[in-house]
Amino acid sequence: MFEVIIAIGAILLLVILFMLFRIGTLVNVVKGTDKKIVGTSNKVNAVLMLLFMVGSFGLFFWYSWVYFDDYTVPLASEHGAAIDSTFWITMAATGFIFILTNVLLFYFSYRYQHKEGRVATFYPDNTKLEILWTVVPAIVLAALVFTGLRAWNDITSPASADAEVVEVMGYQFAWAVRYPGVKDNQLGNYDYRLINDREGNPFGIDVTDENSYDDFAPLELHIPKGKEVLLSIRARDVLHSVFIPHFRLKMDAVPGMPTHFKFTATKSTQDMRAELGDPEFDYFITCTEICGRGHFSMKLKVIVDEPEDYEAWKAEQPTWLKLNPDFLEKVPADKRELAIIKAGIDKEELEASL
Amino acid sequence: MATADIHITEETHHDGHEHDHDHHGNFWTTYVFSTDHKMIAKQFLISGIFWALIGGILSVIFRLQLGFPEAQLDWLKPVLGEWITPEGKLDPEFYLALVTMHGTIMVFFVLTAGLSGTFANFLIPLQIGARDMASGFMNMLSYWFFFVSSVIMFTSLFIETGPASGGWVIYPPLSALPQAMNGSGLGMTLWLVAMALFIVSSLLGGINYIATVINLRTKGMSFSKLPLSIWALFLTAVIGLLSFPVLFAAALLLIFDRSFGTSFYLSDIYINGEALPNQGGSPVLFQHLFWFLGHPEVYIVLLPALGITSEVIATNSRKPIFGYKAMVGSILFIAILSFVVWAHHMFVSGMNPFLGSVFMLLTLIIAVPSAVKVFNYLTTLWRGNLRFTPAMLFSIGLVSFFISGGLTGIFLGNSAIDIQLHDTYFVVAHFHLVMGSASFFGMLAGIYHWFPKMFGRMMDAKLGYIHFWLTFVGVYMVFFPMHYIGIAGYPRRYYSFTNYDVFNSFSDLNMLVSIAAIVTLAAQFIFLFNFFYSMFRGRRASANPWQSNTLEWTTPIEPGHGNWPGEIPTVYRWPYDYSKPGAKEDFIPQHIPFSMTPESNLPHENDLIKLEGDNDVEVVKVDEKK
Repeated sequence: MFEVIIAIGAILLLVILFMLFRIGTLVNVVKGTDKKIVGTSNKVNAVLMLLFMVGSFGLFFWYSWVYFDDYTVPLASEHGAAIDSTFWITMAATGFIFILTNVLLFYFSYRYQHKEGRVATFYPDNTKLEILWTVVPAIVLAALVFTGLRAWNDITSPASADAEVVEVMGYQFAWAVRYPGVKDNQLGNYDYRLINDREGNPFGIDVTDENSYDDFAPLELHIPKGKEVLLSIRARDVLHSVFIPHFRLKMDAVPGMPTHFKFTATKSTQDMRAELGDPEFDYFITCTEICGRGHFSMKLKVIVDEPEDYEAWKAEQPTWLKLNPDFLEKVPADKRELAIIKAGIDKEELEASL
Repeated sequence: MATADIHITEETHHDGHEHDHDHHGNFWTTYVFSTDHKMIAKQFLISGIFWALIGGILSVIFRLQLGFPEAQLDWLKPVLGEWITPEGKLDPEFYLALVTMHGTIMVFFVLTAGLSGTFANFLIPLQIGARDMASGFMNMLSYWFFFVSSVIMFTSLFIETGPASGGWVIYPPLSALPQAMNGSGLGMTLWLVAMALFIVSSLLGGINYIATVINLRTKGMSFSKLPLSIWALFLTAVIGLLSFPVLFAAALLLIFDRSFGTSFYLSDIYINGEALPNQGGSPVLFQHLFWFLGHPEVYIVLLPALGITSEVIATNSRKPIFGYKAMVGSILFIAILSFVVWAHHMFVSGMNPFLGSVFMLLTLIIAVPSAVKVFNYLTTLWRGNLRFTPAMLFSIGLVSFFISGGLTGIFLGNSAIDIQLHDTYFVVAHFHLVMGSASFFGMLAGIYHWFPKMFGRMMDAKLGYIHFWLTFVGVYMVFFPMHYIGIAGYPRRYYSFTNYDVFNSFSDLNMLVSIAAIVTLAAQFIFLFNFFYSMFRGRRASANPWQSNTLEWTTPIEPGHGNWPGEIPTVYRWPYDYSKPGAKEDFIPQHIPFSMTPESNLPHENDLIKLEGDNDVEVVKVDEKK
């Protein structure tokens, strides 16, 4: 019933609007205004141009100023400072042009609205002016390119040899992380054909490689503050993309082609909680490459520790092999002893369980 | 959706009866399998409008989800059926399908076929003084390939597993593996088939446009006297001809990967508990191939709009376009550069960072000709005598979008900044303003401007003003807030942000965007009414309602097959002699010889009078009564 009333109301409204339109058209015909090329509407439109300009610049300045803290993301990495400064330099340059050209556009529209008897100025070209506004943007853009280039080259330069390497792997629809372990500090080999979720080998870790024995795969990404970290990024099904907004960090995860991103965190989780006054705050990784149904839910908690806390945390992580002792059987017989030691498996417990 | 389709067919049908006498064929050869460029243009236009409506409606549905994540959408069940979950929510996978189809439809079916297809077909012969396209038959094929492609794409909306859902860029492996998502099954196959046909259509059209512009210009119409609209449409066709085949290749290889077990794009994949045998392929290869079309595509969409705007702004400012040569040069320069900037879409794809540096440099260079265009538009307005016709309003709107959206491109073209902004709402804001809305406004400006030539009647100006202001304000309200959302780090193509505390602070802004989107879509119905109503009941147009200089206004009010009843007029001057000092009126059409305007000729133009005799052709006078 209610719907019917709404439908009738809507139809009536449309009919009324149509009648108004018809009446307006007929009035125009009677008055003869429809024959004129330029009528009073011209003036109205010109004024609206000016009003639009004032109104929208007002909104723009108000929102940009008042909500500044809401839409800017606090910074927590070293290279991020270079990205932010490039961003704000570009903002200053483009902001100026944005205001200048839009003001000219709407002001000219208002100022030079049709006036009976006035003749437009025949002004087909002016080479000097055109050269001027070719060269000036070119110079400004060159400056921006060089600012960006410097930041980009630093960010993409190879990581130092002693950087903390952490593997991040994207899959539908979560992230997994793997650490090289405290004993050898080397990530073990993997092969996608060894991946087996049911048996507990989501990474496809190759247990014939000695380096894999002390690798561990925690449920959160921990990194040390103030030390260079190299993320070794891969995907095992479709494209994903690692994005950590606070670190200004983004890199696609590509099946079959590992990618990298190096960075140094400057604020621990505790620092950031204090800065924001939010005891609940946590850094996170999220996915920025469409990957299917759960694309929006690929979130992984990231914790930045003080260096000593980080080392302590690392030391107490159980190795992957220790948590999945079934894989010991697949370890070549001559390496099994080594594996048991490196994985920190308690021999007596193991024997007891067998 | 189906009713809209039938409705449109009816309209064309009625339109037929009005001016049957112009044509000699029967209904089928005149209105359906027509080889007349004007009829084909109208076919493209009506199809484009239909698709725009579908694309717009899809966007409003996903904006409902984003703006009102808590809302019950049960009432959409009669239309969407199973895509609404039992809890009354939009299915997350269907959300991705909506986003994907919205992008595909708007970029290809509306702004490529609807815009270039309409205006290249309509304007090229009329403005260069040709009887028709170089090959009318190929032109007809071009439309019907597009039609078949449209039918297939439209069908894919209704299949059980849903249409393609991997984003309009269809990156593999997601698009290659049916087990990765439902939309990558039959929906993706139909998408690829539809796009292959679409590419055929666009190549058939493009070759025709190029051949026509080069070969069929009327006497005196040298390249330096071409209207900017023709320059833009011509170079657009060249870009399309060079880049679409690459997309075809990319799609073909993807079809092989999907159906024949090849590994062009696939390697080391474990999905659904199974390791696939494919090895050695590269997903990044697809991205290179895709964007080799994808970036020029942006200019395929934008350049015709800029060409139309140049024409409309000059006419309604009553001034010559400022810096004609610079305008042509910048279009040419943009066309060339558009082929060497593609990898700026891939800064964080894992490609070599050195490539990133090169593409950043090339990308920022393309801002220079764009800046020149903006300054030239502004100078054209300066000291003009502006008539705000609806077409003029939309052109001014376009320039504003082109500025606002173009400047944010300088952020994204900078690889360092792109690390943070890539695939966030900042990108969405950027390309919707500079490519989507600007081109859309160019298309609307073109429709308002050339409607009298297409249908012999005028559209209602007042409704046009209302349409413009609602749409202009609406579009800014939709896309401007997205910059803030993007700077805050919100990734695009997210079904919901409620998982994230950090990403949950903009629900008010998202709601505003959604409301603005609904209002903007609603405003388009004013246009639709105006368009179809005016087609039959609009005021009769005069021969040259905008007092414009270009050749199409020398044809009869409703030009028949062959466009000019007698001889095709000869062209003597460029198309921008507006408000020439000394002239009797404030415009001198292109077909008026200098010998008839001694009072306004510039010194070097007086010298040209001698040459005019050689042509020995009478100037065709337009019969005003007709």
